[in-house]
Amino acid sequence: MNALRRMFSRRRLYSDLSAEIAGHLQEKIDELVASGISREEATRMARREFGNVTLLEERGREVWQWPSMESFFADVRFGLRMLRKSPGFTVVAVLTLALGIGANTALFSVVNGVLLNPLPYPNSDRLVTVDASKPQFKRGSISYPNFLDWHRLNQCFSYFSVSRGTGFMLTGAGAPEELDAVAVTSDFFAMLGVKPILGRSFTPEEDQIGMGHVVAISADLWRRKFSASRDIIGKEISLDGKGYTVVGIFPGHFDLPMYYFGQTDAYIPLGEFANPVLSNRVAGLGIHGIARLKPGVTIEQARADMQRVTNYLAQVYPEADKDMGTALTPLKETIVGKVRGFLLLLLGAVGFVLLIACVNVANLLLARGNTRSREIAVRSALGAGTSRLIRQMLTESVLLAAVGGALGLAFAAAGTRATLAALPSTLPRANEVGMDAHVLWFTIVISLCAGVFFGLLPAIRTARHSTYEALKEGGRSVSPSRRHAQGALVVVQMALALVLLAGAGLLIRSLSQLWKIDPGFDPNHIITFNLALPPQMNRASPAAIRAALHNFDAAIAAVPGVEGESLSWGAFPMYSEDDQNFWLADQPRPASEGQMYNMLDYIVGPDYLEVMHIPLLAGRFFTASDNENSKAVVVIDEVLAKKYFPNGDAVGKIIDQGDATHTFPFEIVGVVGHVKQWGLDTDSQNSLRAQLYFPFMQLGDNVISVVPSNSNVIVRATGDLLGLTDAIRAASNRLSKDEVLTNFETMHEIIESSLAPRRFAMMLLGAFAAVALALAGIGLYGVIAYAVGQRTHEIGIRIALGAHPRDVFRLVVGQGLRLAIAGVFIGAAAALILIRVLSSFSQLLYGIGGSDPVTLIAVAAVLLAVAFLACYIPARRAMRVDPMVALRYE
Amino acid sequence: MGNRQPRDLFPGALEMMILRTLKRQPLHGYALVQRIKRDSDDLLQIEEGSLYPALQRLLKEGCVEAAWGVSSTNRRVRIYKLTRTGAKYLERQVSSFEQMLEGIARVLSPVKS
Repeated sequence: MNALRRMFSRRRLYSDLSAEIAGHLQEKIDELVASGISREEATRMARREFGNVTLLEERGREVWQWPSMESFFADVRFGLRMLRKSPGFTVVAVLTLALGIGANTALFSVVNGVLLNPLPYPNSDRLVTVDASKPQFKRGSISYPNFLDWHRLNQCFSYFSVSRGTGFMLTGAGAPEELDAVAVTSDFFAMLGVKPILGRSFTPEEDQIGMGHVVAISADLWRRKFSASRDIIGKEISLDGKGYTVVGIFPGHFDLPMYYFGQTDAYIPLGEFANPVLSNRVAGLGIHGIARLKPGVTIEQARADMQRVTNYLAQVYPEADKDMGTALTPLKETIVGKVRGFLLLLLGAVGFVLLIACVNVANLLLARGNTRSREIAVRSALGAGTSRLIRQMLTESVLLAAVGGALGLAFAAAGTRATLAALPSTLPRANEVGMDAHVLWFTIVISLCAGVFFGLLPAIRTARHSTYEALKEGGRSVSPSRRHAQGALVVVQMALALVLLAGAGLLIRSLSQLWKIDPGFDPNHIITFNLALPPQMNRASPAAIRAALHNFDAAIAAVPGVEGESLSWGAFPMYSEDDQNFWLADQPRPASEGQMYNMLDYIVGPDYLEVMHIPLLAGRFFTASDNENSKAVVVIDEVLAKKYFPNGDAVGKIIDQGDATHTFPFEIVGVVGHVKQWGLDTDSQNSLRAQLYFPFMQLGDNVISVVPSNSNVIVRATGDLLGLTDAIRAASNRLSKDEVLTNFETMHEIIESSLAPRRFAMMLLGAFAAVALALAGIGLYGVIAYAVGQRTHEIGIRIALGAHPRDVFRLVVGQGLRLAIAGVFIGAAAALILIRVLSSFSQLLYGIGGSDPVTLIAVAAVLLAVAFLACYIPARRAMRVDPMVALRYE
Repeated sequence: MGNRQPRDLFPGALEMMILRTLKRQPLHGYALVQRIKRDSDDLLQIEEGSLYPALQRLLKEGCVEAAWGVSSTNRRVRIYKLTRTGAKYLERQVSSFEQMLEGIARVLSPVKS
C-alpha cells in the first residue's frame, strides 16, 4: 500500500478502527450480561477494563501519521530535556567535542588564511614571481641591465616590477630609527594594484640612475613618526644623512617573498641606486621580480615567451647571459609553498583527534543507550518504529555536536591566537588569518558530520535492542553485540592514538637528532648584533671608515666579559648568504661566469675563528697584519679544499676572483672546518656549500663604503649574554652618540629559529598526540568501568564460587589489554604506511628511517601503559566486589 | 514461580503473542484477547487498551492484514490474518527472545575457570 493511497484511505482506516473498537466493547458487554450481570453494571465494567476509548483511537491513528517538522521540533525539545537530565554525560560529551571541533577549526582557520584565501591584491592569481635561473642556482637575483631588457622584450606581462631589500637610518624625526626599506621600480604599486592613501607612486623619470631622492612611506611609519600629518607630502626626511622628498603614503604591510625584514617602512625608486655596480650585467644584488600576466596568458605561455627573450639575450651577451634563464612561479606558491606540507600534515593530525573524540562520545552514548533502554522500550511500545527511534537519537547527537561546535568555535578563536603566537615568524600571511565565512561553514559541516558519525551506531544499536532489556527490572545485561561495538570502537581509538603518537615521536626523535648535529662552530656564549656607524660615515673616505671600524673593535673587545669580537659582512651562518664566483689560477680562465666555481664568502675579522670556535685544519687564519696594504689572502673550508685540492695541498695555492676583464688573485693561507650555513637539516642538500673567508680589512675601497650602514658583529663572552648588551651599547656610545646597534640575538636563538617550523610542527603534533592519548585512555576506562558495572553480578557469582581476586583482576585487565593490543597492531600498521607516505613528500623527518622501530616500540609501550592504567581502577573495583551484595540484587 | 499473579508484559511481547496466535488461525480483536488469556492459563492478561494500537502497528508494518467478516457469534467484525512478512518477523523475534533467555541462563550457571 503506497503512501499516496494511504493518504486517501486514511479516513477509511480511522472509521474502521472506531467501528471495530465499538464492536469489541459491545461484545465484551454482551458476554458480561450473559454471565448474569446487569447491562448497566456490565457497561461500566467493560469500559473500565477497556480504558479511554478516545485515547485509544487516537493512539491507533497516530501509528499512521507522518513525521513532520512538528515532530522534529518535538525531538529537539525532548533531546534538550534528555541532555539537561544527565548533566554529567552532557558536559563530558560537549567538552570532548568542543575540544576536537575547536582544534580543527583553529587549524583550519590558519590553513584557510594562509593556503586557501587568495592574496590580498586584485586578481592576485595573475601575479607571478620572476627570478633569474642559472644551472647552479634556480632562483637567483636578476641583474638590473637584464631586467631592463626583459621588461622591454617580453610580450606576456602587463606589469613587470623588480625590487631589492635595503635599509636606512631615519634621523631628525625624534629618536634615530633603523628603517627596513625596499627599492622598487616605478610600477611596483600599480602591478600589485595597491593605491596610495595619500600622494602618489614614483614616476618612470624618478626611477632613473642618479635621479633626485624621493621616498614613499608606510602608513604605520607616517602615524608613528609624523603623527599622520597630511603636510608630510613634499617634505624632506633624512635617510642615512641624505634628504629624500616624501611623495606618497602606502598602506601598511605586504607579505611578499622578497621582504626579508617583515614590516617595510619606506620605498625608494630602485633606479636611483647610484652605485656603478647596478649597471653590471652579472652582478647579484638581491633583485627579484614580480609580474602580472596579461589577460588570457597562461604561466606556461609566459615561460615560453621569457625563454624566447633569454635565448635572444644569450646571443647578444654571450659573456654574461650564457645559460641565463628565468624561473616563473605563481606568487602565492612562492609565498606559501614551503609551509603547505606541514600545515596539511597538522590538519590531518588534528582530524584524527576529532575522530577519537567522536569515538569517545559514541562509546558514552552506547553506554547510555543501555541505561535508557527502558525509556526507549516505552517509546517503542507507544508505537515508535526503529527508524523513528533512530531519528530521535540522531537528533540528540546532532544537538550535542551543535553545542560542542558552538563552544569549539569559541575555543578556536582563542586557539587561533595561541597558535599564531606560537608560530614561527616564518609562517607567511599570519596576519591574514582570522575567522571568516569559510571557517564558519567548515565548523558547521564538521559538527554535523561528527554528530551523525558518532550518533548513528549507538542509535541503531539502542533502537534495535530496546526490547530485551526492558524485560529485566534493572536492565543489567548488555547484549553481546553492543559489547562488541564498544570494544571495536576502543580498538579504533587506540589505533588512531598510536598513529598520532608515532608521528609526534618521530618528529621529536628527528629534532633531537638535529640538535646532536655539530653546526661546525660552537653556538654557546655567542651574541650577535647589527652595527650602523653614524650616517656621515657613509660619505667618509675608505681610510676613515677603516679607522672607525678599528676603534669599534677595540672598544668592544675592552668590555668586561667579552672574550673575543669580530666583524662579519655579507654572510652569516643560517641567516644570510653571499656568493662569489672564482677559478683556480693554475687552470685556464673559464669563458663565462656560468662556468666558474661558486662558493659562499664570509668577510670577517682576524678573531672570527676564536669567536666561533671553528677548528683550524691547516695553515693559518688571518692576523691584524692582513690589511689593505698587504698581499690579498683567503682561508677556505674543508669542503672547498676537498673539492678542488683533493691532494691536501691547498695552502699556498692561488684562486682568482676576477671577472671578464680583470683578475683578482688571492693566496690560500689556511683551511678551516665547514660551517652548516643552510641550517642543521638542509645543509647537506644544498649545492652551494664550499666556504671561503676574506679579511675584513682587505675589502676594496669601492666596497668598503657600503659597510658603515650595516655590518654584523659577533661577540663571544662569559656570563649573562643579554646582560652584556647594555655594556656593549655604552661602549659604542662613548665612541659616537649616532652609532646604532640593533638586533641583539644569541647564536642559540638563530639556530633555534632555523628549526622553528619543525619545532612548531612537533609541538602541535605532540599536543594533539597527548590529547589523543588522554581521550583514548578515558575511552578505554569508560568501557571497562562500564563493563565491570554490568558484570558485578557475574563477578560476584564467580567470587562466591571460589574465584580468587587475582583471577578477577586478570579477567578485567585482560579484557582491556586485549583491546589495546589489537589497537596497537592496527595502529602500527597504519602508522608505517602513513609515515612512509609523509616522509616521501616532506623534509620534516630528518635523519630518521621511514619506520623507526625504536620510536614505534616506545610509543606502543606508552599506549599500553596508559591502557593498563585505564583498566587498573575498574579492575581493583571488581576485586572488591562483595558476593553477598552482588547476589542480593536478585 | 508459584504465584499465579498476572504479570505485566514487556513491549514487543504483545506483538509477538498476537502474531503467534494469528499463526494458528485468523481472528478478530475480541477473540484474540480471549485466546491469549486461555493459552497462557490466565498468566497473561492482555490490556485491550494496548491491543488496538498494537494491531494498527502490525497492519502498518504489513505483518497482518485485516478484512471485515462475520464472527462465530454472528457479529460483523474485522478479522486479522498473518502475512508472510509477519511470519518472518515472528521467527526473528522468537529467536532473539530465546537468545536472551540463554544469556540469562549462562550468567546464572556456575563459573568455568
